[in-house]
Amino acid sequence: MNAAMQPRSQPRASRDEAYNFAYLDEKTKRMIRRGLLKAVAIPGYQVPFGGREMPLPYGWGTGGMQLTAAILGAEDVLKVIDQGADDTTNAVSIRRFFARTAGVETTERTPEATIIQTRHRIPETALHADQIMVFQVPIPEPLRFIEPSETETRTMHALNDYGVMHVKLYEDIATFGHIATAYAYPVTVDERYVMDPSPIPKFDNPKLDMSPALMLFGAGREKRLYAVPPFTRVTSLDFEDHPFEVQKWDHHCAICGSHESFLDELILDDQGTQSFVCSDTDYCAQRVNEGRAEP
Amino acid sequence: MNAGAMNTVRMMDAEPVADRTQPLLKVRGLGKLYGPETGCQDVSFDLYPGEVLGIVGESGSGKSTLLSLLSGRCPPDSGVIDYRRKEDDWLDLYSASEAQRRTLLRTEWGFVEQNPRDGLRMAVSAGANIGERLMAQGMRNYQQLRAVGLDWLSQVEIDSARIDDLPRTFSGGMQQRLQIARNLVSGPRLVFMDEPTGGLDVSVQARLLDLMRGLVRELDLAVVIVTHDLAVARLLADRLMVMRRSRVVETGLTDQILDDPQHPYSQLLVSSVLQP
Repeated sequence: MNAAMQPRSQPRASRDEAYNFAYLDEKTKRMIRRGLLKAVAIPGYQVPFGGREMPLPYGWGTGGMQLTAAILGAEDVLKVIDQGADDTTNAVSIRRFFARTAGVETTERTPEATIIQTRHRIPETALHADQIMVFQVPIPEPLRFIEPSETETRTMHALNDYGVMHVKLYEDIATFGHIATAYAYPVTVDERYVMDPSPIPKFDNPKLDMSPALMLFGAGREKRLYAVPPFTRVTSLDFEDHPFEVQKWDHHCAICGSHESFLDELILDDQGTQSFVCSDTDYCAQRVNEGRAEP
Repeated sequence: MNAGAMNTVRMMDAEPVADRTQPLLKVRGLGKLYGPETGCQDVSFDLYPGEVLGIVGESGSGKSTLLSLLSGRCPPDSGVIDYRRKEDDWLDLYSASEAQRRTLLRTEWGFVEQNPRDGLRMAVSAGANIGERLMAQGMRNYQQLRAVGLDWLSQVEIDSARIDDLPRTFSGGMQQRLQIARNLVSGPRLVFMDEPTGGLDVSVQARLLDLMRGLVRELDLAVVIVTHDLAVARLLADRLMVMRRSRVVETGLTDQILDDPQHPYSQLLVSSVLQP
């Protein structure tokens, strides 16, 4: 059993007083919170905000970090996920960043966290009403792949002109025989705005629908944020004769034996021996701890 | 066929007759100037259902400016454009909301660009290009979209096996025909064309013109076509407007203008055509 199986207790770090609480200054955090209020008021609408330089490169989660910094309170418990895992580089460094600059408690346990910053996954463990998910978004504009002009895409959103979204799905079916878009699968939020839930796999799309937790999305490079408030209808786009479906695996997790979770494929040797394990390390570890593993 | 269906057919036959006595498009005092005599000014005309209006003139005479004003792409400095919608009410093009204008442009209207690359989505297949308008109107059935795509490919004489190919792999003439199919799929009543045969070789031009003439008659389209090619005008247009230095210098039936031009510029234009 590897080290990740035992959730380490994460003692509350002492805050580095050289920084303002959670790194950003208070005016910036207020500006982002104003943007967030607007985003929550108009579900799925992309609100521009004055993105700041963060001490790590674009593409590493600067958008999500600014949102987390803006909503973080001293009593919050933070969890950071990268590709479903709590112990990968991005997750470790962002968690350590907030432990140092805000002195908040951090955790790997999904039910204990009040704020979960994530890249790629929504936890398998069901979220509850006191939690906030913060997503790191690379490209917030779902229409971008077909319409390069920003003025034009904004007009299309404003006029509810979303015909082109189905052109992409049509292309998928024409080329592959089924809708092959596997991640960043476009959704309609509250029957109005088309939104890119990127970069989560479409496996996680159903978890957005009527979720009791607040979902916030931040794109650092593009300087856009958007939100799905709790208990909002989120539907994935599809065709009548090619309805939306999530990925399924013939295998089960090699560690915890789960049949329901999103699995990562591992290649074990040069002969191509495969093994499948849960992408959500916390979910997997909890199942093992509860003795539900059935290898 | 039962009696009810017969009735519907007769009603559909009867409707266009009443329909045709009223213009589809009313243009009054239209103008947009980029400089003195650059652009277009004082353009007024009525366009009736099923009528093909050709706009001819030298390069820089304001033909394309006029076309972009008419098609709702660029607001005019002065003048009014009224369009009679399917519901038989008049819409003032530039006081309507942008949403209304866009809806019009992708349902009842079509626009065929001179360069098919501007009018097609080059990154998606021919079938997706044809289906886009229908998807925008809410068609959500892949099989139906597919069937319509195949039908339109055959109508514009493109091999149905090419439905999943990218437009970039098509020849220039095929791209232009695909663009026409993409516009006509929503059953428009009015189509704008900007030099649709420009840049094609003569034999392809002839075939395209033949196809367009067939479709225009068959679908009863009203067309505003900009061209500098008088042969194209003679073949397609019922009526001609000759433009020069931003003004319309002569209007009339095509044959009348081409066989008996009155204005000195029209005479020059007609006489300058090379006789084989």
